[in-house]
Amino acid sequence: MSKLRKQTWRFDHPIYLASTGTVVGPLESRGPLSGSFDKEYGALDCGEKNWTEAERALMRRAISFCLAKAGKKEGDMDLFLAGDLMDQTVTSNFIARENRIPFIGMFGACSTSMETLAAGAQLVDSGYADNVLCAVSSHNATAERQFRYPTEYGGPMNLTQTFTVTGAGAAIVTKEPGKVRVAEATIGRVIDWGIGDANNMGSAMAPAAADTIWTHFQDTGRKPEDYDLIVTGDLSSVGSPILKQLLFEKGLDIGKIHQDCGLMIYSPDQPVNAGGSGCACSAVVTYGYLFKRLAEGSLRRVFVVATGALLNSATPKQKDTIPCVAHGVVLESAKEEKK
Amino acid sequence: MLNDPKNYSENIKPFQPRIPYAANCVRAFLSGGLICLAGQFMETFYIHFFHFTKQSAGNPTVATLILLAALMTGIGVYDKIARFAGAGSIVPVTGFANSITSAALEHKSEGIVLGIATNLFSLAGEVIVFGVVSAAVLGIIRLFIEQFF
Repeated sequence: MSKLRKQTWRFDHPIYLASTGTVVGPLESRGPLSGSFDKEYGALDCGEKNWTEAERALMRRAISFCLAKAGKKEGDMDLFLAGDLMDQTVTSNFIARENRIPFIGMFGACSTSMETLAAGAQLVDSGYADNVLCAVSSHNATAERQFRYPTEYGGPMNLTQTFTVTGAGAAIVTKEPGKVRVAEATIGRVIDWGIGDANNMGSAMAPAAADTIWTHFQDTGRKPEDYDLIVTGDLSSVGSPILKQLLFEKGLDIGKIHQDCGLMIYSPDQPVNAGGSGCACSAVVTYGYLFKRLAEGSLRRVFVVATGALLNSATPKQKDTIPCVAHGVVLESAKEEKK
Repeated sequence: MLNDPKNYSENIKPFQPRIPYAANCVRAFLSGGLICLAGQFMETFYIHFFHFTKQSAGNPTVATLILLAALMTGIGVYDKIARFAGAGSIVPVTGFANSITSAALEHKSEGIVLGIATNLFSLAGEVIVFGVVSAAVLGIIRLFIEQFF
């Protein structure tokens, strides 16, 4: 494996996504990307008796779709890399209890999706694993309960606030040739530019995303034109313009190719304030919609930068500012380009 | 220049959405007023049909409002109303009922004692604490005023 400067990995072997699995909740299934997911639940409880178990059902289902599509079983997996937003990442831990795959729990808040994928690809590349199962989940009600208010509380809303996506995404990373290649990964530094408002994650995370994207271009020597899309995880309608401005000032214009998963997954008339967020936000958009586009070849190279705010519910109340991180993974279409 | 970590929170202000204070106030006034109007109807109803006095009719009125708000929370309507109403549905007693009922619903899965009973006032607790403390302070002030003037 080659390291490009300090933060970017370029994998020596061709690493592929064998398959992906995505499930979403009711609001996401009424959004513009409906139809690109494997399963769309009509109710937030997913038929379970509490929210925690509902989130677990999401991850379980995403994984079963992913395994079925690749024609593989749990036993074929060498490693399970997973994370979520719950305290002690219980969703992932409890799923690992069921599937019995050697497990490394990971946490990077909403950046966990690309964190697990980058680590998974690296482990396959270096030969420590042949098949790695990566999965993340988030659930609107479990996140609200942990970070904000009870589900049915009619609390005050903030225009900069984001709405946690209910869903889960899973992917199998392997050397066996597939339709989508994992080419590079840029691991982010933790950046904190002094935003302490937990209802304004877009503003807090934009500098972290800018740092990772800027570093990626420095490390690879590429230009924005070399990408069909640069997709951020959940910067929302507040953080996205800030990101573009931050990079524009440094001479990097990504205005035309930038999109944000939090803005892609919901339509503007849905009641989500500034947009979607959560581990599942970047995961279901990447493993659902973007994976399909890459597999069919209508997108050639995409840089997915998942952004995470590394706080808990107590730190903002204690007047701490929010440390943020962004991890990026370059996905390429493996379909032959028509000449 | 946005690339300035020291003054970042100041410099991003033009990127923040404008809070529609005036529209929020109008919504809160109308929806909060509507809840109060409903309460007024109930009070008149209790005085007229159940022979409560103007003083004693407040109790069944508040109880009815709390009951209705709790029911609306339970069937998942109150938070949707609150999305529009803002402070209009938080400030009246119905908001208090919503905060208790929603906490009870949320923590039901953890059991009656450690779930519901422990967390019932997790949101409403602040209202009770400040209500009691400010009542005590005002009581003392009143006592002094009555003693010396």
